[in-house]
Amino acid sequence: MTSQRDLTGIRIGMWLFLYTEIILFGGLFVIYSVYFYDYSAEFAKSGKELNRLIGSLNTIILLVSSFMVASSITALRREAKKLCLGLLAASFLCGGIFLINKYFEWTHKIAHGIYPNSPALTNGPPGKNVFFGLYYIITGLHGLHVIVGMTLLALSFLLVYKGKITAHHFSLLDNSGLYWHLVDLIWIFIFPLFYLIL
Amino acid sequence: MATTPSFYDTPSPPGLVGIKAWLLTHDHKRLALMYLWAVLFWFVIGVSIGFLLRIELMFIGRTIMSAEVYNSAFTLHGVIMIFLIAIPAIPAILGNFFLPIQLGADDVFFPRLNLLSWYLFMLGGLLAIVSLFSGGGFPDTGWTFYVPFSIGTKHNVPLTVFAAFILGMSSMLTGLNFITTIHRKRLPSMGWMQIPLFTWSLYATAWVQLLATPVISITFVLVIIERFFNIGLFDPDRGGDPILYEHLFWTYSHPAVYIMVLPGMGIVSEVIPTFSRKAIFGYQAIVYSSLGIAIAGSLVWAHHMYTSGMSDTAVFVFSLFTFLVAIPSAVKVFSWVSTLYKGSIEMTPALFYSLAFIYLFSVGGLSGLLQGAAGPNIHIHGTQFIVAHFHFTVLGGTGFAFFSGLHYWWPKMFGVMYNFRRAYIAAVLTTVGFMFHFVPMFILGLMGMPRRYYDYLPQYAHGNFLAGIGAIIMVSGILLMLINLLLSFRNKIAAPDNPWGGCTLEWMVPSPPPLRNFITEPHIKEYPYDFSDILTNPPKN
Repeated sequence: MTSQRDLTGIRIGMWLFLYTEIILFGGLFVIYSVYFYDYSAEFAKSGKELNRLIGSLNTIILLVSSFMVASSITALRREAKKLCLGLLAASFLCGGIFLINKYFEWTHKIAHGIYPNSPALTNGPPGKNVFFGLYYIITGLHGLHVIVGMTLLALSFLLVYKGKITAHHFSLLDNSGLYWHLVDLIWIFIFPLFYLIL
Repeated sequence: MATTPSFYDTPSPPGLVGIKAWLLTHDHKRLALMYLWAVLFWFVIGVSIGFLLRIELMFIGRTIMSAEVYNSAFTLHGVIMIFLIAIPAIPAILGNFFLPIQLGADDVFFPRLNLLSWYLFMLGGLLAIVSLFSGGGFPDTGWTFYVPFSIGTKHNVPLTVFAAFILGMSSMLTGLNFITTIHRKRLPSMGWMQIPLFTWSLYATAWVQLLATPVISITFVLVIIERFFNIGLFDPDRGGDPILYEHLFWTYSHPAVYIMVLPGMGIVSEVIPTFSRKAIFGYQAIVYSSLGIAIAGSLVWAHHMYTSGMSDTAVFVFSLFTFLVAIPSAVKVFSWVSTLYKGSIEMTPALFYSLAFIYLFSVGGLSGLLQGAAGPNIHIHGTQFIVAHFHFTVLGGTGFAFFSGLHYWWPKMFGVMYNFRRAYIAAVLTTVGFMFHFVPMFILGLMGMPRRYYDYLPQYAHGNFLAGIGAIIMVSGILLMLINLLLSFRNKIAAPDNPWGGCTLEWMVPSPPPLRNFITEPHIKEYPYDFSDILTNPPKN
């Protein structure tokens, strides 16, 4: 099993997988751009109904957590296991806070009658219906990715703790980190597309 | 040499016995065979359904099934043939088995991921079966699942679409595995221009699998979300655009036809030089044309939608790109024919299928240009002409290449040789039946008979009857071919290591190969299709 130690190969595989994720969301962004072209004014108006403060907060949370995951790998490679575990736990926590914020945002919107197939959206302007339809689909799918990313972080945490991931054997941590960066990166696109339309 | 046990006798990981040695294996060869049996199972079902459809169409009015069953049957036929056979067959079976060996490697880069891909494939198939009998029955939308009908119909669209989503993941992971394997597990002494053409074609295919499949995944996810939450993203009443669905669908599904046909072209590029005893003409041209098809083929999707409504500029651009794809395809056809020219040709069933491939695929490709041209397309769009065209490319192309590959590599995979006489009879029946089956559809289409129709006007009766006769001949040919291959297990005529005189690495190892594929360190030739050794030392049959 010499192949298992080919770290470059493992990373190539992971990057290829990340490509597919980018194209998955790319498809949604294409849909977004088509509808943005059709309903620019209504998109801008609907975007203002989203809470920019929570959106910005979530962006910062994800950026910080991404930094911490990257640091945790460096920490592990410098044999600072405790620091690595601490950073991983903190990133996991950031993911959790992100989801909690998202939960409040969604429930707030739903309480105002804005949810898929709601009377307010169905009978309202078509651009608004499409905007919030896309909002729920894209942030929902991104939320799922956050959950998957958190699972990977938790798994990495467990394996670092048990000593299965070490300074010389850290492919899983490395790949979980890459995945977490992807989750972050996609949010960097989602945030302006929904919250910052002028 | 004979002392090394074959992979059948060496489980991987070691210690597994019985059925577990198969179901938990990491060995690419065992996985390839597991794919083989699964795909053949689906193939028999898919062929049978197609056969029943044509029997129904042989006579005006109801023949053997109701219109509702007919609608579900052609959808099922399409879904099975596309997602469970045409896309996975060559990469997952022959690719899995021979790609690592052709590279001089002992396995794919991610053996466990390979096992996961197989389970995803089986899960997708299982879900397709479940969707037959649950929630309103199998969809009646056609395999394209066009909105708004796919969102409105009472049939079980979500589960079927989810099955296709899972199958897409399986195909994507296989592609990911192949790309990594080619980059990282190739013998260090093997340069890029020394990789056999079958593996090269799988490389081009793998990129298409990887880059196009996520688009269909997200599209199918959207269909499922629409079914459950009714957002209205494709509903014009609520701001949605149904044509956007068609764009997304074909953004994947047109490149998907190159996922189907590129590996087939790879097989033909192996078979033709071997039986011509001659280096393949234009090795590099074939490599670059594979990549060219992969790239240009990703930019032509909207030629399926000329009549759906789009600007004349868009029609012009997509028509132009469609014509451009013909160039690399033609480069390949000319290279194969030039390889045959002045070769010392040895006829075998494998070569027969490859020759039929060249002819049938050329007809399919040229009729595709007719459709790609904006003018004629308006006349033939949505007619039987289209059905004939894509069966010429997918069955006449991918299918025949797959049959060719099966006959070419069967002795290597199982170590037994099949009966040539029966194989020839089967091949001739299949080819002749194919022509009788699909040529009438070209004519019916030009006469204006729409596709997917349950019933038709009297002027189409002759053509449909003839197509039905062709179907009977073709299906009997295909069944004879499969039976002949299976009989090879009973007759147990041992196959030599290199029965055909091939010169790629898989012919340098025992039949069937040992677990680690190679007994001694493989030697890479300067040029992969150098037949000088074979010509001085021809194989004894």
